[in-house]
Amino acid sequence: MSLSGAQTGNLGRIVLSAENVWKSYDDGAIAVLKGVSFEAIEGQTVALCGPSGCGKSTLLHLFGGLDSPDKGHVAVNGTEINRHCNLLRLLRHEVGFVFQLHNLIPDLTLEENCLIPTVAAGIDRRTAHARLQQLADRTGLTHRLDHRIQKLSGGERQRTALCRALMNKPKILLADEPTGSLDEGTSVLVFDLLLDVVATEGVTLVMATHDRGLAQRCDRLLEMHDGRIHESVYAR
Amino acid sequence: MIFLTLILTNLCRHRIRSLISIAGIAFSVAAMLTVVTILQGAIGMFSGILSSDSEIIVFERNVSDLFFSNVPAAALNEITGWPMVSHADPVLFGIVSSADHPIITCFGVTASDARIRNATWIQGNSSVFAQHSDDVALGERAAEFLGAKAGDHVPIGHGIFHVIGILKTANGFEDGGVFMPLSSAQSFFHKEGTSSVITVKLLNKDDAAALKSIVRSKFPNLVALEDTEFTRSYSQFKILKATAWAVGGCGLVLGGLGVANTMIMSVFTRIREIAILRVNGFSHLQLAMMIFGESAVVSFLGALSGLLTGTCLLLILKQVPALHGYVDVSVDPVVMLIVILLALATGVAGALYPAAYAMRIRAVEALRFE
Repeated sequence: MSLSGAQTGNLGRIVLSAENVWKSYDDGAIAVLKGVSFEAIEGQTVALCGPSGCGKSTLLHLFGGLDSPDKGHVAVNGTEINRHCNLLRLLRHEVGFVFQLHNLIPDLTLEENCLIPTVAAGIDRRTAHARLQQLADRTGLTHRLDHRIQKLSGGERQRTALCRALMNKPKILLADEPTGSLDEGTSVLVFDLLLDVVATEGVTLVMATHDRGLAQRCDRLLEMHDGRIHESVYAR
Repeated sequence: MIFLTLILTNLCRHRIRSLISIAGIAFSVAAMLTVVTILQGAIGMFSGILSSDSEIIVFERNVSDLFFSNVPAAALNEITGWPMVSHADPVLFGIVSSADHPIITCFGVTASDARIRNATWIQGNSSVFAQHSDDVALGERAAEFLGAKAGDHVPIGHGIFHVIGILKTANGFEDGGVFMPLSSAQSFFHKEGTSSVITVKLLNKDDAAALKSIVRSKFPNLVALEDTEFTRSYSQFKILKATAWAVGGCGLVLGGLGVANTMIMSVFTRIREIAILRVNGFSHLQLAMMIFGESAVVSFLGALSGLLTGTCLLLILKQVPALHGYVDVSVDPVVMLIVILLALATGVAGALYPAAYAMRIRAVEALRFE
């Protein structure tokens, strides 16, 4: 298999790919992914839909290098992750994560939370602050920068998580039910912002969600069921 | 900056727990500082007795304590006559008891001894010392606890002695002691014709090596050491120092266990947070540095508080009459540095397991952790 520099004709460069990926837990007792194959193109927005436990989050974790497949190949920007020589580079520069539970550090301010990835990557203060200012402007959080996370609303927390995920300018954003903990109105607002930001930044979005309304606004919608992708629909 | 913020934030979350750890280190450091300083003060005083107006001390080889040393008068006579020697003074040490005081140190000295000549005589004067066999001069504190003044007769051991004067020295041992004429002390302690040590003043300090060499060849049973050599090599001092550091070290180990407990609890209660840092690109090394940073802050604050507490304690102890002359509040910078380094090392050691645990946390599992 040659994943490096793979092209899909006139659609664009493949930045994420999974080929016949299997993953199970408890020594094979719980099979979560059963031969999943998938590709995402640079700048594309992809929604993964399906019931709880169908393997959406597991697939995202594999793409982010947080876990490794039992069998099969997962590649980011043409480099196989299970043979990725530098996992830290992947987490610091190539992918960003947004979770359902924002996963911010509650005792830090919004600004401090967002700067964490830049500290990890050793990005200088001035560059980091300029980038934060840019993202805060875009997500409407400028006036909240010095506020602690406890003082923020659910929507603001999720927007903060989005800022943090994009601080190091990753080319891929993995979002695990990013609006799952928000009310309907806020979900739409946050999702609008998410789509706007990824479009502006040229980021590839892969999002696990239960919300079909939001999923249909992505470029592609993948139906997952029982550890397999059953249907791939170009939503737009 | 954010790294430091993370460290301080983590410590501030559980202030009481952090404060208890800091207090643990602080008390350990204070205890170590106090014990070591008092013992060094005591050793310094004892050395001071021996090095009073002299550079060399001669005593019996292989004795465990100078109280058991016997240097014959013949050695004194010969050493006194050597051309490089300015003067040589015999000193006999003895321990006696009186009615209410189980231990009083006796110094058997000659009238020409520097201790007698150079002391400040509060009552009486040095010119009348050693004129009668039952004459004694008391150190200021000894006179205090014996309730004696010049002209009194005091019971010391099995004898009654006539107090001819009271003298004051900067040395706690001497201040709490009794000065007897050498011949009286020899008789009193049944050590006729001997002294415990001979302290030697040289005409030229450069002759120290030559004198030591001659003593070695002429008196194989004796040993001559320069004052600094003696302080370094005397086994009693070594034992005292080792004991002091061991006691302080035990305290620090306990303090270190406190730090370890704090750090373990700190890591266990933020497994999810550590996973978040990992997902955001923190390396294992960065996570370990964060944990070690927290323990280093605890240890440093503990060491600082301990140094302050220890110094205050020493200042208080300095006011206790019984410890007069023993406590030197000017803490040796080397001791201070060693104590701080030991406290930091203890903190780092206490953070080893928590750091290793944090490094082993798998983000994918920890993110599911509630």
